[in-house]
This record gives sequence, structure tokens and C-alpha cells, in this order.
Amino acid sequence: MSNFSFPESIKSRPTYAKLEARAGKSYLFVADAEGAEAIIDLASNDKSLMFKAHVIYIPKNTGKKYTSQLEKLDINQLYIGPSYTAAQSRLKRTLESSHMGLQLFLSGTEGLIGQAQRDAMAAGIPHTAIQSEHRGSVGRRMQCVHCKGITEDVDVDPFVCSHCGLSLFVRDHYSRRLAAFQGVCIDAEEPGNIPTAVELYK
Amino acid sequence: MSGSEKINVEVSKIIPLNNLVTRFEFKRIDGELFPTFSGGAHTIVEMKDGGIIRRNPYSLMSDPMDQHSYAISVRRDDEGRGGSLFMHNSLQVGDDMVLSYPVNLFSLDLRAKKHLMIAGGIGITPFMAQIKQLDRSQGNWELHYSARSPSLSAYADELLTMHPNNVHMYYDSENKSIDLENLLDGQPLGTHLYICGPKGMIDWAVGQAVNLGWPSEAIHYEEFLAPKPGKPFQVMLLASDKLVSVGENESLLEAIEREGVDAPYLCRGGACGQCETTVIESDGEFIHMDHWLEDEEKLSRKKIMPCVSRFDGKTLVLDR
Repeated sequence: MSNFSFPESIKSRPTYAKLEARAGKSYLFVADAEGAEAIIDLASNDKSLMFKAHVIYIPKNTGKKYTSQLEKLDINQLYIGPSYTAAQSRLKRTLESSHMGLQLFLSGTEGLIGQAQRDAMAAGIPHTAIQSEHRGSVGRRMQCVHCKGITEDVDVDPFVCSHCGLSLFVRDHYSRRLAAFQGVCIDAEEPGNIPTAVELYK
Repeated sequence: MSGSEKINVEVSKIIPLNNLVTRFEFKRIDGELFPTFSGGAHTIVEMKDGGIIRRNPYSLMSDPMDQHSYAISVRRDDEGRGGSLFMHNSLQVGDDMVLSYPVNLFSLDLRAKKHLMIAGGIGITPFMAQIKQLDRSQGNWELHYSARSPSLSAYADELLTMHPNNVHMYYDSENKSIDLENLLDGQPLGTHLYICGPKGMIDWAVGQAVNLGWPSEAIHYEEFLAPKPGKPFQVMLLASDKLVSVGENESLLEAIEREGVDAPYLCRGGACGQCETTVIESDGEFIHMDHWLEDEEKLSRKKIMPCVSRFDGKTLVLDR
């Protein structure tokens, strides 16, 4: 089951909905891991959508599970890459040469959605005009507010900053500009008093 | 006090631009500087026309950074309620007037990569200020301006001289109209669309853009509705304990103000939402003219926008 419904939280926490077909001139999809399921679902309702689609897909740890399904969808342009960083120059180039009427669909983990949203906003798409559907891991992209280092795929709370080594509390406070949630030192008041890490949403 | 702050001014210049449009310039009486504004802002002009006070919104079309004078351009409307006729026929250089501080309900989205402007007739006015603003910040913009004929296209000569590569003219008299579908197709990602003109033009342009998949966040338009005359009616203002008669040629808001009740307002054109008023009781038909209330709210009979909307029936009681 790749769907997870996030409990209600503070206003800055991003929320997600199901991808839906919309009128447009061209369609750009960016997805990772189980995010492929959202594209496959959309294509099963309207196969013709894929004729105008460019799909950038990062399988992460799902191997060939979804790539073989995506390859059967008659996608106009399908790119499969090893990481968001590797796909980023392709995404930026695609956005730069796109025209108004482009519909952007993001699906998969929050880290992927957030980073693609940040790059799309920089290209001039209002963030509220981008559709995004969360699928798969609830792991987050976290920024340490102390050393500013980014730790990807954080799925426990608290966690150890992969840059400065502080134990950080996983907040719902989100930054669209940084495409990351904020992690704050959990034992600042009482150094050494660090609660046991628990899995997010467990 | 309702509305934004007021500035006492005198008319410093009156310049007829063509058969229908005249430009009015104002100086401050106290010698202070005007506030700067952002392109697209309007001011409410108070006119003392005989015994009545008219308050009409006009787009500021001088340079937003020019603090020494403000300018508006007014199209004469012979069928209207008389505000523009007063400006054209009665106003003299040196007359005292009151302007409101600028209010902007049609500002540029400065995150845009490109600003695509569509003007129809007198709808050119907010763009005059926006273009000066964008010119200063080296913005990327393009204007498509449609008018009845070359002789009725205010500021077209100035625009074409200053910005020959950005300005495109279309004249009804030459059977030229904006080829909107082709124009919208192929605009770079991050383009924002701005439309100011008659209602038909706004509906047409917004509809085309939406059909082509433009996000609503990138579509901006401004249409000031002049309050339409209508059948006289009576209204009970419960909070002020006053029974007010609304005449044929005045708006509900104007009638409320005439009775000395200080009701909130900002645009006086059905756009900003400031004058939204709760209906306590009604027996009759609402004539909603604004584009502020949602359709459901209009059907609910619980809200009215007194700047442009009217009522036809036996009883209307407002929480004012």
C-alpha cells in the first residue's frame, strides 16, 4: 500500500491530493519510487494523456518493479535516472523551454515533490498550480537549522544530522524555498537528554 | 472613517486626448509629496456635483514614482450616471478636489518571467503606470491594445514612440482584432496575463487562457463596474436605526453615505469586497452586480455589495 494520509498539522506542512487530468498543451511528470503508481493510475483513466507526456522517473530502491510498467504506457518521452540530482539538469532544461499551458505532475516521496516544486517555482510556475500526490515512503528531506546541512530520507525522530552530528527533532515546519522540513536540536536545554528514536507516524 | 486616507488636491491640468477621453492632473494643496504607488493602483475621486458627492474609482496612470502630481484619464460616458460628464463638463483648472490614497487591486505579479497585457479602449490606463514601473525595472512585457479607431486610441502614439517593439495596436476600424489563441500559444513558462477592458473582452481572454491550461494564478484582470441606475427602493439600516430611500440614479452605498452613515468601501466597483454587508431580512429580489460574492453567497440572500448591487421588493434590512 503506497498511500498514506498525513494527520492534520500546522499550516506550513504541505498537503497532497490525487493527480487528476487537466486541460493543457503538454504534460510533465516527475516521480520517484512508488510515485510511478500515481502516473499508472492516471494513464489507466486516460491513455491519450501519455502521448503528450514527458516523464522523469527515479526508481530509487524499487528496481524494475515500475519501470517495466511505465515502458508499456506509450509515454512520448520517458527518462529513467538514478537520482533527483542526476535528473535535475534535464528538468531545468525542460522547464526553460516549456510554454504556458504545461501541466506539471509530481508524485512519490516528499523529498522528490519538494525539490521538483522548488525548481518549477523558479521557472515561473505558481506552486499552487502544481499537482502533487504523495506515494511511498514517509521519509523526509530535513534541513538542520544549526549547520544548514540537508539529510535526505529521514524516517525516524529524533535523528542525527548527517553533517554536524546534533540530534534533531523532526518538525512539520516546512520551507518551500529550501524544499526541506526543519530539524531543531532536541537536547539544547539539557545536553545529553535525547529520547529514543521512533519511526515517523508509528 | 471609511475608504483609504484622503488627499486634498487641486486640478492642475486638463488635457483633452480625443473626442471621448480627457486627462486630468492634480497637485497637492498642502505642498507635500504624493505617496508613490504600484502600477495598476486606482484612486477614488470625490466630486462635489451640486448637492451630491460622487465618488468614482479611476486608475492612476502617471509615473508611479512621480510624487509631484497624479494623473487619471476619464472616458466620457453620455449614458452613465454623470460622474464622467461632471469631470468633462464642469471641472476647471484650479478646482479643489479630494482623492483617496492609492489602492491596488490589479498589481503586477513580480514573480512573472514575462507580463502579457491586453487592453481594450480606456482599459489602457492601468497599463500606462505598469509599463512605467516595468520600464524602470527592465521588465519583460508586451502590450496588445485594441481600440475603435486610431483617433480614439488614447496614448497609442506615445506608447508606439517609446516602445515600438513592445506595443501592438489593433483597430476595429481596420477590422483588426487580437488573435488571442495564437498569442497565448507559445508564451514562455512563467508568463502572466493581464486584461483590462470591457467585460466581454475580459471573459473572452480569461476563457481562452483557462482552456489552454493557464493556471488561474497567472491570469489577472480588472473591470470597474459603474453602479447601474435602477428602480428606487427602501432599505432599513438596523445598526444605525435609519430608513433610507435609494433613488433611481444613486447606488445603495451612496444613499447610505448621504444619510450620514459611515459605511466601509474601497473600490466602489464591485471588485474589492470591502463593502460586503450582511442582510438581516429581505422580501424581494436581489440585483447582484458585483464580481466579489460567490454564486452560492448570492443565492443565500445573506450578503449584498452596496457599491453596485440593488434590490427590488418590499423589505430589505441590513446590518449597518
